[in-house]
Amino acid sequence: MSLKSTDLPAPAPARKLRPTRTAGRFSLPKRPAGTVYRGGEGMWSWVLHRITGVAIYFFLLVHILDTALVRVSPEAYNAVINTYKNPIMGLGELGLVAAIGFHALNGIRIILIDFWSVGTRNQRLMFWIVIALWAVLMLGFAPRHLMHVFGGE
Amino acid sequence: MSVSIESPRVKPAPRRGVNWEKWGWLYMRASGVLLVVLIFGHLFVNLYAGEGVSALDFGFVAGKWASPFWQWYDFALLWLALIHGSNGMRTIINDYTTVPIGGTRLRRLFTPHYIFKTLLVGSTIVLLVLGTLVIFTFDPCPSGAPADLLPTFCAARS
Repeated sequence: MSLKSTDLPAPAPARKLRPTRTAGRFSLPKRPAGTVYRGGEGMWSWVLHRITGVAIYFFLLVHILDTALVRVSPEAYNAVINTYKNPIMGLGELGLVAAIGFHALNGIRIILIDFWSVGTRNQRLMFWIVIALWAVLMLGFAPRHLMHVFGGE
Repeated sequence: MSVSIESPRVKPAPRRGVNWEKWGWLYMRASGVLLVVLIFGHLFVNLYAGEGVSALDFGFVAGKWASPFWQWYDFALLWLALIHGSNGMRTIINDYTTVPIGGTRLRRLFTPHYIFKTLLVGSTIVLLVLGTLVIFTFDPCPSGAPADLLPTFCAARS
């Protein structure tokens, strides 16, 4: 079966192309180069969700194995878990909680985009709400955790 | 040679069988909601409350897993999180590798797509079995262990 041009909807009336707003109020308006999909909150939330997801996944593999050492002996488990208490690993745990916090909050945003009738329309606003809640979470966790890691006994 | 293109308004024939991609998609959302609650609880108890990370040792884990509540809590965490993570990694493998066509079955197995997927499925199954066995065969008071490393309720400490 062949397609006739009348089968297709009439083209939208030509409008003057406006540059896509991807920057804040203090910088010049920009237009994307190459593809219109690139840039903006939607892309960066996707990138961060993927990077944090992979990082959490590989930590999970290690975490299941280190916990399995409780079945070997108390000494073996304590020896490995004590390495989690040195300052470098302490900073790593801060990064881990930061990654989990973002992945969790942005995951809720994804669910709202998928299931909430006006979710897609509000995805940009929800991204900044995710960032704000994540900042509050980290402000609550970071000082306490750093005191546990660097505060001596 | 003329190419005929099907009209885009023809409804595609319904697919047969289970739509695994759909159930995988739904699993990510369902398990995701549960994991937000379970992991924030896990982080609060193990990393925030009390002395945080500096309180973690064998006695801490033994104290938790002496109770069936924490055994089942960590069991749910293990299965929900690892399958959630593996399904996410499956998506990433599908995004960055191509599925081989043709050749023998053995030859197709030695392509990046199937090497990664074999490693993924293998490690997931091994860790699910290992983790489940560790949780439910755990002995908080192993005999012969130094008494000062054991939780306070062990007979060896009294």
